[in-house]
Amino acid sequence: MSTLRETLWDPIAGFGVTFRTMFKKPVTEQYPKEKVPTAPRFHGRHQLNRWPDGLEKCVGCELCAWACPADAIYVEGASNTEDERYSPGERYGRVYQINYLRCILCGLCIEACPTRALTMTNEYELADDDRANLIYEKSDLLAPLLPGMVEPPHEMLISDDHHDYYRGKTLPIVEADS
Amino acid sequence: MTVTESGSTEAAPVELVTLTIDDVEVSVPQGTLVIRAAELMGVEIPRFCDHPLLEPVGACRQCLVEIPDAGNGRGMPKPQASCTLEVAPGMVVKTQVSSPVADKAQRGNLEFLLANHPLDCPVCDKGGECPLQNQAMSHGNGESRFIDQKRLFPKPIHVSEQVLLDRERCVLCQRCTRFSEEIAGDPFIALLERGAQQQIGIADGEPFHSYFSGNTIQICPVGALTSADYRFRSRPFDLVSVPSIAEHDACGAAIRVDHRRGKVMRRLAGDDPEVNEEWITDKDRFAFTWSSQDDRLRTPLVRDPDSGELVPTSWPGALAVAARGLAGKPAGVLTGGRLTLEDAYAYAKFARVALGTNDIDFRARALSTEETDFLASRVAGRRPDVTYAALEAASTVVLVGLEPEDEAGTIFLRLRKAIKRGVKVVAIASHRTRGAAKLNAELLQVVPGGEAQALAGLQLGEQDIVLAGERLGQVPGGLTALTGLAERTGARIAWVPRRAGDRGAVEAGCLPTLLPFGRPVEDAEARADVAAAWSVQQLPATPGRDTAGIVAALAAGDLQAVVVGGLELADLPDPAAAAGALDAAEFVVSLEVRRSDVTPYADVVLPVAPPVEKPGTFLTWEGRPRQFETVLDTGALPDVRVLAGIAEELGAPLGVRTIGQARAELEELGLWDGARPAPAAAPPARGAGPVGTVTLDTWSQLIDDGRLQDGTGEYRATARPARLKANAGTLAAAGVEPGAAATLSTPSGRAVFIADVADLPDGVVWVPARSEGVHVRALLAAGFGDRVTLGPADGGEGA
Ligand code: SF4
Ligand code: SF4
Ligand code: SF4
Ligand code: FES
Repeated sequence: MSTLRETLWDPIAGFGVTFRTMFKKPVTEQYPKEKVPTAPRFHGRHQLNRWPDGLEKCVGCELCAWACPADAIYVEGASNTEDERYSPGERYGRVYQINYLRCILCGLCIEACPTRALTMTNEYELADDDRANLIYEKSDLLAPLLPGMVEPPHEMLISDDHHDYYRGKTLPIVEADS
Repeated sequence: MTVTESGSTEAAPVELVTLTIDDVEVSVPQGTLVIRAAELMGVEIPRFCDHPLLEPVGACRQCLVEIPDAGNGRGMPKPQASCTLEVAPGMVVKTQVSSPVADKAQRGNLEFLLANHPLDCPVCDKGGECPLQNQAMSHGNGESRFIDQKRLFPKPIHVSEQVLLDRERCVLCQRCTRFSEEIAGDPFIALLERGAQQQIGIADGEPFHSYFSGNTIQICPVGALTSADYRFRSRPFDLVSVPSIAEHDACGAAIRVDHRRGKVMRRLAGDDPEVNEEWITDKDRFAFTWSSQDDRLRTPLVRDPDSGELVPTSWPGALAVAARGLAGKPAGVLTGGRLTLEDAYAYAKFARVALGTNDIDFRARALSTEETDFLASRVAGRRPDVTYAALEAASTVVLVGLEPEDEAGTIFLRLRKAIKRGVKVVAIASHRTRGAAKLNAELLQVVPGGEAQALAGLQLGEQDIVLAGERLGQVPGGLTALTGLAERTGARIAWVPRRAGDRGAVEAGCLPTLLPFGRPVEDAEARADVAAAWSVQQLPATPGRDTAGIVAALAAGDLQAVVVGGLELADLPDPAAAAGALDAAEFVVSLEVRRSDVTPYADVVLPVAPPVEKPGTFLTWEGRPRQFETVLDTGALPDVRVLAGIAEELGAPLGVRTIGQARAELEELGLWDGARPAPAAAPPARGAGPVGTVTLDTWSQLIDDGRLQDGTGEYRATARPARLKANAGTLAAAGVEPGAAATLSTPSGRAVFIADVADLPDGVVWVPARSEGVHVRALLAAGFGDRVTLGPADGGEGA
């Protein structure tokens, strides 16, 4: 048998929470109309980075694919040739796919990447109504071309020498503020 | 890794030596190396240069251990290389497990090795399966103290078209150079320079052309040697590995097939001490793309009666058309030598049960009835007698009609090993080939056709072995002389065919005179035996036609239909005549993996699976079954299944529909233990040819433009240059300048080669059977032992 207090008072007391909240500032986010920035290190969509001349940093080593606990990454390497160069060294990633149906955005691939080719952006809108669209190809993942970058294939524009290239030696040296 | 024991099968009594390793007492055979004694008790000493099949060198210094007592009560003052040190009674060994000294020595050595080693792992093909990576993790220091500039080399250099060398990655273990020298006998790479600049390079003057070069890539403990074919293709952790058997020759080499996403990425040597040890030919390693070419057949095709075009059809439709076309017509069956035992068995049974004929032959080449008799009396249905191990234990091995380096690479390597044990090799051939030189072979020089006489004059003993190649069958009296030799001297003989499926086809009964496992067609008891096993009333009793007979009968209209499986017309003695015969045939059913030169004549084309897509068994030249399972499951049908389908439509069910059922039936049939047919008398030798002609000697080199080597650019580029060889007198008589182009011609056509002077008998020329674009058989309709006309090429000077 429920007591008198339980039958009469409790239902009304419950509305007390509602009533009090009416006077508080709402926390609702107006997504997708308004987008709130994520935390700076938020694990979002991946990006394949470029060297300052636009060549790709990825060498197709598959270490990211190996590190991935969800088996979401597929990479195929290939040889650069003198006429068709995508990355400064001998090897580049010919096929690069991340399957966002599988990816758990853990970031282990980023840690595995020896060339810093793979990093994560803060982009989190990874939804679609077609499964095939969620397998991102290399073209979807490559970083946009910044000023001074040229879409590969092309020869190494910074320097012909590999060591200078990687150290950025022949880039215009910016004088430090005196 | 394993080592083969010495050739003899009975184990000699071994003397055991007792020593202490890491405070554990072990007894091992005398002469064992410390590194292997430690292995036996489960301690793995890190190593790079040590390889059980190569001579010890102690080049890398990674395997250092402490020896507090060398067995004589005195310790060794410094850590010792355990891979060159033999065990001694009472010796005390301390490995990295129990000795800080050994551990420090190993760590120190690894640090030295890594001082100049590039940080290449992400772009290095060995990454993920690299002994240096692994041992740096297990026995190395985490940090390097080396802060200076590393030694740099331009990379990579091409040792050959196929083999690339990154000198920076090399740890100078000399496995590659030792393999080339000791095993293959092609010293194509060598150590150059000294000190910090010491490096592996191409041996002076000689381009690195070895048929076994791929093995160096596999045994290199780092990624210094890579193949152009596989460079940057995939990572070991992404590959699925399946053991299999190579389909390129009758040696049955064990291989490992690595595939990913439905595509074979590479093949490696398997490890089978009984057969190929750990080595395979480059053909077995690199030629695997043939089955995934664009001309691969995927759907059944049926010729449209109106348009005359082949049109894709459903399986049931195509099988029904095939059965309708074959029904009631006298038909023959031609199978090439590439079928697995199970598939060959299906053809043999199909011919007898569904077509009611013995007109079946697997020999897509020149043949003789003498050979048919020989196969029936001396090859079919016998247990392996001459084996690889027997070659090592023999006293003399005679090669006749066989060039092992080109035609049976595994035998070649075994013989290389055998000669080190004192086995003598005698080659009966027209000239001393590079392969024969590497075998240190004594040459019994004959003009092609003279082999029979040479065999008749041989003095051998019971310890001797004669390996007869396929070409001996084309020498009138050759195989008879071989049998005679065996009976006269007690020497053992073995027939070494060229193709992987040849021996299996003999056993399966793909011969006009033989039922499975050596049962003679003419023997009523043998027929009854097989009929009972197949649950049929009776089997056709008259011996059928051989390949030549079937082709002639098709042309003459005595046979109206033919089932062709896995055969190239261009291999037949007269390709043009064979094409004419297929054209004349009313109905042609072709079972093929890829479009072939039979396809244009076929009324029904049924696609079948290549070996990589089905299970099967190849029989080696010894008769040893080499079973393998499916590597890629594509759903392609094996020949067995397709033939069973046609047989069903014909109303004469085959009784077997799967490889498994075929295996079971073969198992049940077992070897024939009844009487064997006596070989017929030898045919007369060929008469001298017309004046002005020369005798042709020819065989296929290992690397040529055969259909099973399609789609392999770098590998094909390592082929030996196609040269015509003859002695100076022969060339001069024909008006050919050495080094200039020469023409070989017959009434059928002509072929042009660059002529080289070599030590051949007068009036004999040698050319490779197939070389880039020049297919002697197809152009000249002539082959081994035939007469051809030699002359200068058009525009050349001379007679
Ligand atoms: S993204 Fe990095 S880890 Fe992945 S393949 Fe490219 S280089 Fe290697
Ligand atoms: S040889 Fe081994 S350690 Fe050296 S770069 Fe290649 S994978 Fe790395
Ligand atoms: S190339 Fe490889 S096998 Fe040859 S010496 Fe160097 S590390 Fe050893
Ligand atoms: S393994 Fe012993 S010195 Fe190389």
